[in-house]
Amino acid sequence: MEEVDVEPPVTVSTGSAAGKHLGFAWGPGDILVYETLYKASGAKGSGSPFIHEVRKDEDIYSPILRKLFNESHHIFVGLQTIREDLPSKNKKPQFVSISKNYRSVIRACMEELQQVAGRHYLFMLPYNNCVSILLAIELIWNLCEVLFIDAAPAGSLLLHLLDWVRLHKADVDEKARDVLQSESPAEHESYWDVVLGYVLQGRLEEARQMLVKQASLHPAARNMFKLMDTLLSKMPFYNPSGTQTLTEFDVKWRHWHEEVDRCLQDNSFASNQHLEAICKILVGDEDTLLEHKDLLSTWYHFLVTRLLFCHPTVKPTELHYYAQSCLTMFLDSRSAPEPLDSILLAAFEFDIHQVIKDCSIALNNWWFVAHLTDLLDHCKLLQSHNLHFGSNLREFLLLEYASGLFTHHSLWQLAVDYFDHCPEFGRVYLELQIERVPLDTERKALKVLRICEQRQMSEQVRSICKIMAMRALRNNRLGSALSWSIRAKDAAFATLISERFLQDYCAKGTFSDLDLIDNLGPAMLLSDRLTFLGKYREFHKLYGEKRFREAAKLLLSLMTAKIAPRSFWMTLLTDALPLLEQKEVGSVVLLIVFSCMSVT
Amino acid sequence: MFVARSIAADHKDLIHDVSYDFHGRRMATCSSDQSVKVWDKSENGEWHCTASWKTHSGSVWRVTWAHPEFGQVLASCSFDRTAAVWEEIVGESNDKQRGLSHWIKRTTLVDSRTSVTDVKFAPKHMGLMLTTCSADGVVRIYEAPDVMNLSQWSLQHEISCKLSCSCISWNPSSSRAHPPMFAVGSDDSNVAYGGKVQIYEYNENTRKYAKAETLMTVTDAVHDIAFAPNLGRSFHVLAIATKDVRIFKLAPMRKESTSTGPTKFEVQIVAQFDNHNSQVWRVSWNITSTLLASSGDDGCVRLWKANYMDNWKCTGILKGDGSPLTGSSGQPTAMSTVVGSSVQASQSALNGMSAGRYFFPPLDPPRAGTRYGHLLPPSSLIENCDVEPIQPQQQVLPHRLSSRALLPLPEAEGQ
Repeated sequence: MEEVDVEPPVTVSTGSAAGKHLGFAWGPGDILVYETLYKASGAKGSGSPFIHEVRKDEDIYSPILRKLFNESHHIFVGLQTIREDLPSKNKKPQFVSISKNYRSVIRACMEELQQVAGRHYLFMLPYNNCVSILLAIELIWNLCEVLFIDAAPAGSLLLHLLDWVRLHKADVDEKARDVLQSESPAEHESYWDVVLGYVLQGRLEEARQMLVKQASLHPAARNMFKLMDTLLSKMPFYNPSGTQTLTEFDVKWRHWHEEVDRCLQDNSFASNQHLEAICKILVGDEDTLLEHKDLLSTWYHFLVTRLLFCHPTVKPTELHYYAQSCLTMFLDSRSAPEPLDSILLAAFEFDIHQVIKDCSIALNNWWFVAHLTDLLDHCKLLQSHNLHFGSNLREFLLLEYASGLFTHHSLWQLAVDYFDHCPEFGRVYLELQIERVPLDTERKALKVLRICEQRQMSEQVRSICKIMAMRALRNNRLGSALSWSIRAKDAAFATLISERFLQDYCAKGTFSDLDLIDNLGPAMLLSDRLTFLGKYREFHKLYGEKRFREAAKLLLSLMTAKIAPRSFWMTLLTDALPLLEQKEVGSVVLLIVFSCMSVT
Repeated sequence: MFVARSIAADHKDLIHDVSYDFHGRRMATCSSDQSVKVWDKSENGEWHCTASWKTHSGSVWRVTWAHPEFGQVLASCSFDRTAAVWEEIVGESNDKQRGLSHWIKRTTLVDSRTSVTDVKFAPKHMGLMLTTCSADGVVRIYEAPDVMNLSQWSLQHEISCKLSCSCISWNPSSSRAHPPMFAVGSDDSNVAYGGKVQIYEYNENTRKYAKAETLMTVTDAVHDIAFAPNLGRSFHVLAIATKDVRIFKLAPMRKESTSTGPTKFEVQIVAQFDNHNSQVWRVSWNITSTLLASSGDDGCVRLWKANYMDNWKCTGILKGDGSPLTGSSGQPTAMSTVVGSSVQASQSALNGMSAGRYFFPPLDPPRAGTRYGHLLPPSSLIENCDVEPIQPQQQVLPHRLSSRALLPLPEAEGQ
């Protein structure tokens, strides 16, 4: 991305005199800027009133685009799991189908946006912007699908390009509807626009049906209309699944072309300027085509129409000659090509890399280039262009896209799958970013933990548990703190919390969170203090159940095993005293007392 | 890029530093008005000031958060020659209702004889360690051995850099492949005194920090320095704010097994930008080290990005305009449908509509009810992403089983 010109500056209103410096701080998904003054030796100045939150990407906050992100995520994951060992020819239809899926998701979004935009004028401008971008994206994607993924050969190529143009030129149908619903369609002001529109799109059957209405108004010119009808009906269209070879089709087409030309030379349609125009179009006359720029409205429509009527057997490798010349012919000298034009031209030149590069520059969100590049990489199309960084490019774009998702409070979960499928840096990016997901609730923390545990990210697991444990401890929720420490396998912290439990016991005479302590299980072994806590509680239970002998034995073992903290010995001795009253345990208790004394 | 919201900071003097916490939900600001303010971000994205207090007896230069593993801890440094550590105390319930919290000072570090210019916590895997640097040219590293008692800090290392120090940056990498390392920048303006960036590395044997490298090519005053997040690379990336923006690559050279000295580095300059055309005062990396931001004398913040081929470019500029907030300007011009018209490329940022450079001329949008209906995806593809509701922290209900009080002698027992 060499010649990226610098974006025009985003001007942050600072509300005071210029000449101040701008301080900044990186945040998740935004950057904070504030007015300040940097000086080698202390700077003072008037109070700076504002800190501004500057954001780059608005898209992820749009509720309608969210559907796009969700559904395309689903398609993405499905694509990654296509088996590598299948031969390519089996995979092509799959890839084409996936490409169509992506496109239908784009279209669905577009429809929804339009509906919303239609509801309230306030939404119109931003949504219309978004719609036009999605439209452009779908246009480019569709062309890439035709040229790169489907890789139609000569013959089919033109048919696919025709479909492509028809899909993106809806106004003909709308005009046709208006015309047909009027009282006298043949006299409607847009009538000829519709007919010509059909012809330009190669929809000759529909053109014929429209012409019938005109013919009925001019019985005198019946023969002329019949001639046109014949010409239109006889135009050969290549049938890829038929038995006719491309050469045979070409011969047939030339015959027809000559026939149309003869009619033109014979002035068969001279008396009707519209039919004459149609005839000239059928013969592929460039000047006539260019006269109808307003009906074509884009240079690529002009390109496809020109190919349809001049060279329907165009080969993929020949496309770029025609594309370049059509672009030049269509744009008048005053206007320069737009970025969209350059992208389409690059596509016609089969310069995939340039397409991706130009799209990356022109678009704000990485969604489009990331998904398209990924698909093209799966079709092994990036390697074929001898780019040693081909798969690096794919990964680079996916990482950019996914990193952008990560700042969103729920979309971050989608990002995880994208990182999973980036073999080189995916894991480290995930590690870095998942740690930063705010742990607002236990449920969210558990969700994050599950993701880390599934991927054996043990350091992140430990860190998250530690953060939760610390938070619980600060809020004096000892039980929660303890269970998080256990999960973190943090012996030191578990010791600390156990101490607090024991201190609490000494102070209040009861334990809190008994449920937790009673059910520690093997986790008890995490730290000595924790073991002591668990066993001490067990002692209390035994005592409560009047199983004095076992209780006393447990107490003894606690002291002899030396896991009882010194500070607690008084308490233990005091606990032991009532046991002296119990006949059968008296001796055990004496042992306890003696062992205490022997150590001090 | 656009301004999403503006927060009235309410400091009575210049703000010198703003610092986000680890999760991006809290922020701390410090000012020449000698105070620090802590702000909390609510669910709807609004910032509320939950604490504001006087911290020093001079301008506060920097404020920084410790890793949340250590709780809610802040450090600040000031012109008054001290650095301080602050901890948030979980408040009384009525304070919480009012959305306030209290911060108390845990310690004051008074070892410096001059203004303390930077304060940074070391990477968390090293424990709770705080580093300061001062105009007297000394870097001090303190440690709190007991995380639960933040009033006890011990000065572990005192490193004299010989030149007045303005900034420090720790290498955030926790990889065992290399020992802990930090970089110090000096704002000494005498170019004759050699390299203004020094790299120090911890030596396991001597248990001390030793100088590993001096960047001799950086001879002008250095105002800020920042190691990039590591991303599992074998080399380190360091950004420097000096008379321009510079990015260095430091590749450790393989050590002989007998060598006990610090690592030798192969130093390469990766990029150098003089677009600010003036002194650069701050540099900072975003979380994934894919973007570097710099702020300069020209009053601009510039964003730098490397593409997949490692070529660096400026991808954005933020600039203060020095005038009060105006209404939305720069509406896109009326568009015609003929190709050749162009959309207003520079959509104004203030109206908040453009999120970037959309250059496409509007094509005819498909009308509703067209034949694209059949392209709608099957409903099985439509997933719902559950939005996390922000619930108040659940209180774990303690189990209160009635247990015998063992301390007093039970009279009824054991007769």
